[in-house]
Order: sequence, then C-alpha cells, then structure tokens
Amino acid sequence: YAWDANEEYLFKAMMAFAMRRYSSKSMTQISNVLLCNVTDRVSFWFVVTDSSKNVTTVPGSEVEAAIRMNRNRINSAFLLSDKTLQFVKITSTLSPPVEPSTPVWLIVFGVVLCLILAGIVCLVVAGIHQRKKKNKESTERENLEEKCEVTITVENGIPCEALDLKAGHINGVFAADDERFTSL
Amino acid sequence: LSVPPEVPKEDSRPKWDNKFQYILSCIGFAVGLGNMWRFPYLCQIHGGGAFLIPYFIALLFEGIPLLHLELALGQCLRKGSIRAWNTISPYLGGVGVGSWMVSVLVSLYYNTVLTWVMWYFINSFQEPLPWSMCPLNKNRTGFNEECYRSTAVNYFWYRKTLNITPDVTESGTLQWWLILCLAACWAIVYLCTIRGIETTGKAIYVTATFPYLVLTIFLIHGLTLPGATDGLAYLFTPNLNTLKNPRVWLDAATQIFFSLSLAFGGLIAFSSYNSPKNDCEKDAVTVAIVNSMTSLYASIPVFSVLGFKATTGYWDCLDRNIISIINEFDLPEESIMRENYTAWISFLNSSHPEKIAGLKLKSCDLQEFLDQSVSGTGLAFIIFTQAIILMPGSQAWAILFFIMLFSLGLSSMFGNIEGVFTPLLELRIISKSIRKELLSGIICLISFLIALCFTLGSGSYWIDIFDSYAGTVPLLVIAFFEVIGVAYVYKIKRFSKDVKWMTGRKPNLYWQITWRFISPLLLLIVFLAFVTLQIQKSPSYAAWNPKYEGFPMKEEKAYPPWVLAICALLAVLPCAFVPLVALFHLIKQLCRSKDPSFVQPEVFSCQGANS
Repeated sequence: YAWDANEEYLFKAMMAFAMRRYSSKSMTQISNVLLCNVTDRVSFWFVVTDSSKNVTTVPGSEVEAAIRMNRNRINSAFLLSDKTLQFVKITSTLSPPVEPSTPVWLIVFGVVLCLILAGIVCLVVAGIHQRKKKNKESTERENLEEKCEVTITVENGIPCEALDLKAGHINGVFAADDERFTSL
Repeated sequence: LSVPPEVPKEDSRPKWDNKFQYILSCIGFAVGLGNMWRFPYLCQIHGGGAFLIPYFIALLFEGIPLLHLELALGQCLRKGSIRAWNTISPYLGGVGVGSWMVSVLVSLYYNTVLTWVMWYFINSFQEPLPWSMCPLNKNRTGFNEECYRSTAVNYFWYRKTLNITPDVTESGTLQWWLILCLAACWAIVYLCTIRGIETTGKAIYVTATFPYLVLTIFLIHGLTLPGATDGLAYLFTPNLNTLKNPRVWLDAATQIFFSLSLAFGGLIAFSSYNSPKNDCEKDAVTVAIVNSMTSLYASIPVFSVLGFKATTGYWDCLDRNIISIINEFDLPEESIMRENYTAWISFLNSSHPEKIAGLKLKSCDLQEFLDQSVSGTGLAFIIFTQAIILMPGSQAWAILFFIMLFSLGLSSMFGNIEGVFTPLLELRIISKSIRKELLSGIICLISFLIALCFTLGSGSYWIDIFDSYAGTVPLLVIAFFEVIGVAYVYKIKRFSKDVKWMTGRKPNLYWQITWRFISPLLLLIVFLAFVTLQIQKSPSYAAWNPKYEGFPMKEEKAYPPWVLAICALLAVLPCAFVPLVALFHLIKQLCRSKDPSFVQPEVFSCQGANS
C-alpha cells in the first residue's frame, strides 16, 4: 500500500494508543504526536508531546518502553513485521524457540531402534528354527541309512521291506492250470 | 547296487540368488560417499570438465584392469582374501592379511560417519530444522556467542553433533547421543550381514538402488532452483591449463582407485560366491563404468544445489548492502534493485564517496561464493544442510538426503564387512564350531566397542587421521603386490588360461598389457608421488577452536609426536604383513626342506579345484 496522509494518521493514532496503554494517565491525543522530516523512503522522526505539562515532549525512554510493550499491535496495524517496520534504537526481544518436553529426535530414534531389534530377533529365531528342522531331517536320514546298511536287499530297485512277500498275486498262467501238463 | 554320489564340497558354500544381486553388491560397494562428496570437489578445483580426461585415462589403465583382476581371482579360487592369496603362493599370504586388516580399520571409522548421518536424519523430523536457528544465550538477550560468530549450521555440526574439542589431544567425554546412534548403526549392519550374503543380498536391492532414485529427485529439483545453471557452468567449464599440474593426475588416479574400493578384499569375497563359469570380464567393465557414471550423475545435483546456495548468499549480501544504502541516503523503497545495484554504486561513489566509504559495504562477488569449495563431511553436513534450509519443504528434502547418504554408506559397509567376515569364516581355527550369526554378532559387537573412541570429543579428528592414513597408502601397496603377484608369481599365462576357462575367451591384448606392465607401473608412480607429497607437507589439521582469534576460521595445528606415531602405524601395519608373512614362510620352508620326508605340495590351478 502507498504511504499517504491517512497512513500517517493511523501511525499517530497507534502512538497515542501505545502511550495511553503504557502510562495509563494519559490523555494523549493524536494531536500530541508530531511527525517531521518525512522522506520518500518512508522514514521520519516523531515526538510525543505532553499537553498537560506545558507542551514538553515526553522523554524518549518512555516512548521507547511504550512501543516495546505494544510492538506486535503496532506491527499488525500496518501488516508489517519487526524486520519491515524498524524503530531505530529499539531492538526486538527474541522469542525463545519452542522446546517440546521429549526431544523429537529421541522419539524417532526409539522407533528406528525398535524396528531394527524386531528384525534381528526375527532373523535369529528363523535361523534357529531352520537349523532345528535341518538337524531333524539329517538325523532321520541317518537313521534310515543305518537301517538300510544292515538289511539292504533290493529287488529290482525296490527294498525288500517294501514288498509284502506274504501277500502276493498268484499268477494264473503259471499256477492255475495243472491239467495242461499231461499226466504220465 | 548303486551308491549315491558324494555331495561336492562347493555346494555348501553360499551362493548369490541371481547374477543381478552380485552385480548390485559390487556396484553398491564401489559407489559410496566418496562418489558424492569427493568427486565433485575434485572436478571443481581441478578445472571442471578438463578433470574428466585424467579421470578416464586412470579408469582405463588402472581401475578396470585391477577390478577385473580381483573379480577373476575371487571367482576362480572361490575363497576369501586370506586363503585366496595363500593359495596363489604362501609367500603372498601377507597380501590377504593386509587387505583384511585394512577392511577392519576402515569398517571401524566408516560406520561412525554413518552415525553422523543417522543423527542428522533423526533430527530432520523437527519443524523448524534444528540447524536453521541459533539457540539463545543464558540470559535470553541474544544468541549463543559461538553460534552467532560462526553460523547456525556450523554450530549444530561442531557443537551439537560432535561437541568437538579444540585439540586432538583433548579427548573430551563420550557423547551419549552419538553412542546411541552408533549402537543403532551397528545394529543395522548386524541385521543386514547376519548370515553373510544371504541377508546382504536381500538388503542390497534397496540400499543400492534407493540412492539413484533420490539423486534423480534432487537432480530434477536442483535444476529448477535459481542459480543452478551458474553452479553447473562453474563445475563443468573446462580449464585445460590445470592438466599441466601433476597434482591433478595424481588426484585422478587416487580417486579412481579409492572409488572402486580395490584391495579391500571385499570384491574378492563377493566374487568368490559366484559360480566359476561366469563372465567376470563383462562384470568388471560394467561395475567400473557404472561407478564413474554415478560420480558424474551425482555431481550434477550437488553442483546445482551449490550454485543455488552461492546465488542465495550473493543475493543476501546484495540485499544487506542495498538496505544500508537506502537507510543512509533515505531513498524510496525498491529504488535500488539487485539489477541496477552496480549502476547505483558507481553513481553514489562519484557523488558521495565519503558516505559510501563510511558504510563499510561488503563486496559481493558471485565467483567468491562459488569458490567456497568443500569436500567430505563439510559438504554434506554444513554446505548442503544450509542449502536445504533455503528450499521450501526443507524437512522432506533433509530426510531424503540423509536416507540417501545412509544407503550409500551402508552398501559400502556391506563390502567392508564381507571383506572381514569371509576370510574369518574360512580360517580353520574358527569355521565349523561357530554359527555364522554368532560370528557376525561378535564382529559387530567388537567393532562397536572399539568405535566408541570415535564418539569422544576429539573423534572427528581421529576419523580424519584414519581416513588419511589407514585408508590410502596401505591400499596402494596391497594393490601393487596384488598385480605383481598375479602377473609374475602366478604368471599371466596361467591366469589367462583360468580366465579363458571361466569366461570362454582368452583375455585380449589390452588386458595382457595392462596387467603385465601398465597397471603395476602406474601404481608404483602413484604410490611414490603420493608418499612424496605427504612427506613434503608436515601433517597438520584444522581445529575448531572458539577461543581462536581468527574464529570462525579453523586453527591450523600440528600433530603431536605420539599422534604422528599412530598415523605411521596405521599406514605401515597392513603393509608390513606382506614382507612379514613372506619371511615367515621362507623360514618355514628352510626348516622343512631339511626334512627328507616332506613332500612339496602340488602346484595349484584354478580348473583343478573345480573339475
């Protein structure tokens, strides 16, 4: 926005407001705030007069303290900030950074560590499980091989125990037909 | 009766699930943090695009032949580095022990760098980022003094992360936050290497490919930032005059050598898990080219971001000057813009020179900002973090960046740990009784306990020492003996026959010449030049000392004698194994030859082991 007489009026009003809030005795009027040396840069000097005390100026320290107290109201009236609206010789107080009770990084670290430990435990348990299975398999195979070594008789590739020698099929061609052979 | 055939011994050796896993592991091992923060720096200080000439020459005559040699060796012998070199010749056993020792030393400190990355990563989840603002001092009247005099980013790195001491002799205390992160990092390494290549093979799919994804994202974003083109032009503008300086050639040779992670024993370990009939020649060329292309690809986003940072710094400098001029002369707002700044300055200098002089304006020069080149941890943790604050959505960029750094480093750690793990598995003292999980756990635990030294206040000075002495000279020596050993002890003819048996074709003239003459010669020259340069300048380090007058500049200090002794020990110890083991075997041979019943073991051949 452009700086014109209306903005100057607002500025005088804000200064009067700040002085009223600060010193609480005040009958500070807009007419008490005087601007001078207004430049195109939009910079100017101003004084606040005190009408009750024979038109003397209010000491600078009081004005400074008043501005300091109401800085954010003044800033927001002009839609500016501490950087863009500068009062010479008044430095802004620094707001402390927000510090949460538990540092955020500890929380993230906790999450990461839990994931890692869960992964390690899973892998180790899976490894032990696999090893037990392999051990069981290898002992079974060993036992079977032992048995085979003792009584291994293989008939056409089939171990004899698999063949049930008691239950067999009688081959009709060879066994049944006794009358084929002529009797002597 | 048919007797079931005997199970061949090779089946019990673990195997890669597929060829892609193996190639990815080699690429992940070779592509590490150095590709990101050393290569762009070298490109920048050695004349931009002109640096690529010595770089590719070194790649052709040093990198690819040595890489092929190591991969073929591991694949043929199918053993880890110690037993492989013992098999080639007992006198060369020291080469294997030396490379094992180097892998141990490098693993120790490399994971601490990853600890720092992890610390930054878990701090990136805050809004605003903790390194963007200075903390307040005790009575809340202003900012913390150390932070105010340097920058917020520097403060966070040197004080909040490292809590660095002003001198390498002052050890300071253990930093508990770093210990936590170190434990987490070693736990991650244990998780991924718990069963050797069975587990790293799965992990590498993520850790080796993710960095490329993030680099692409950063590339696209970086190119859209203002000032990116300045940075890229600065990086790639060739200045051929620098090629006259031999230092440039030396840096190119050493960069190729260390970038490919040769002589660590890790590549031998990786290729030992391959089936013997595998084309190692193609693998070597692939890995080397991918590594170099990655370096180039990574330097583009790095320099876009650096250009962006330099431009922003330059604009800030201009803006501060403009504000003071406007305030002084009471000119209207926006009368002086960045574009007409120089015109205004010359006008005002001619009309009111005393006023201008009184303002004490800082001279703003974009070149000066671009010239601030840093490599190594400074690039990642100071410069890049500062650039990230300036980008919108900084948390996301920070998180992405640090995950990328972490995966780059982790995939290299896998190779380092394999270089330690595989030879140990094959030692007869250890092998059968201990389970793989237990052995890797013991290795990780011992390494964690030793690496606690690096979490002291002076830890980063020690890491610099380890990096400069344990990770450089011994590798050159070991690689030299590797090439000489294969070319002249094992004999190139035999090696060529082995390679022909594995790949199906005889190694052509290029390989013969480079293996026999060029690579050993080049390595010897590089080693001598490197050592000469190191000896010429007395070793010193830059200390961060808040009480120094020139603070925030770092203070140059010399190493005290006991530290120099440790440096020498780190450089000499792995190399010393080569002559020591040779001597030991010589003595054993002399004693044995007096014994008439002793039978000379038969000559080893690659095909004989596998037929």
